[in-house]
Amino acid sequence: MPERTPGQTVGPFFHYALPYDGDRELMPVGTGIRLHGIVYDGAGEPVPDALLEIRQADAAGVVPQVPGSLLRNGVFTGWGRSSTDLAGEYWFSTVEPGSVDGGAPFFAVTVFARGLLDRLFTRIYLPNPPADRLLASLDHEDQARMIATREKDGSLRFDLHLQGDNQSIFLTYPGHQ
Amino acid sequence: MNETAAPLPTQAQISAEIAAAPSGRSEPALGFAPYRSSLLRFPTKDLRQADPEGAELLAPVFGQHDVDPLEADLTIQAGGEPLGERILLTGRVLDGDGRPVRHQLVEIWQANASGRYIHQRDQHPAPIDPNFTGVGRCLTDADGNYSFTTIKPGPYPWQNHRNAWRPAHVHFSLFGTDFTQRLVTQMYFPGDQLFALDPIYQSITDPAARERLVATYEHDLSQHEWLLGYRWDIVLTGSHATPLEGEDHA
Ligand SMILES: [Fe+3]
Repeated sequence: MPERTPGQTVGPFFHYALPYDGDRELMPVGTGIRLHGIVYDGAGEPVPDALLEIRQADAAGVVPQVPGSLLRNGVFTGWGRSSTDLAGEYWFSTVEPGSVDGGAPFFAVTVFARGLLDRLFTRIYLPNPPADRLLASLDHEDQARMIATREKDGSLRFDLHLQGDNQSIFLTYPGHQ
Repeated sequence: MNETAAPLPTQAQISAEIAAAPSGRSEPALGFAPYRSSLLRFPTKDLRQADPEGAELLAPVFGQHDVDPLEADLTIQAGGEPLGERILLTGRVLDGDGRPVRHQLVEIWQANASGRYIHQRDQHPAPIDPNFTGVGRCLTDADGNYSFTTIKPGPYPWQNHRNAWRPAHVHFSLFGTDFTQRLVTQMYFPGDQLFALDPIYQSITDPAARERLVATYEHDLSQHEWLLGYRWDIVLTGSHATPLEGEDHA
């Protein structure tokens, strides 16, 4: 087996390279729902130089395997990227994912930031999730930390805490260390 | 801004902290004190083991309409030739089982030959090169090969400690076939005298693992009177999706 290549921080200077026009618009703004939140550090300060990516199914529970994420030519690709702004806020315009194979619907998420030496993975579940193996393994407080909140305007709110009492739940997968 | 806070640690202090770190980590420690920015930004609670499902099993797909082949040449993006040593950076992207990652997106970004990024927050008083943006993209080919023409970036100072300098590096962003294989990392150049001093490189405390971030100079890749060639292969984690019989996305 080849030996794997370690990760390194995305650093402070990714803004002119990774973000692009339409990066966070899986759906044109105004046609989908807004998924948004703030990324916080261990002192409770917003993180203005983080980057989130999401991967998701469409409303019917199909994970698209079509190109076009960089072009954003009206095709729903199920993938998007959002850097945080000076207030630490990220947002996506997208659709609520449907259930894949009967599982609880979620957005798969990767998190990058200056100061974060390797990427982090998490999931954002939709409010009121059905039975789910991962959620069932968590206590009530930790479950709540993985579920988005419905705001009055219909948007989905999900804050991320990289560290601290309210730290988000980050995931590791078989084969990762 | 933190400029008025405590005086910056010295390189000797940082080097002592690096020397004292537990050895043998083949991935970066998420929290690594010599890299000061990590202290408030790493999870202190254990990561949760999850079985990948649904969208986690499928990486995004990028196609020829997404990426212009010219984006792989960072020396032709502006009006003229950038300053610096012209180089070829090439290699293969493999998954943890040694299979090539085909037709997948590779993104890079880097400082110019003087060690300066085109970024508002880069205040290093080194010259900006009007002919160099330092950004590239390409898709791997059917064997997982990527290739960029660029210039060799310079080392640059940063605020981690007094007289802190990053070894010359190119930032790489990679996808596999499976969302859980996502990787962002940095490629370094062989023989850099700054390796021992750099807390980001040294956050991988297994020497063999961090050397996997260093490209190899390969003379057969160099081109007569044109450029110098470097090879760097990248290995992602294993994929979780069960490959279908005879599956081929080529
Ligand atoms: Fe850099």
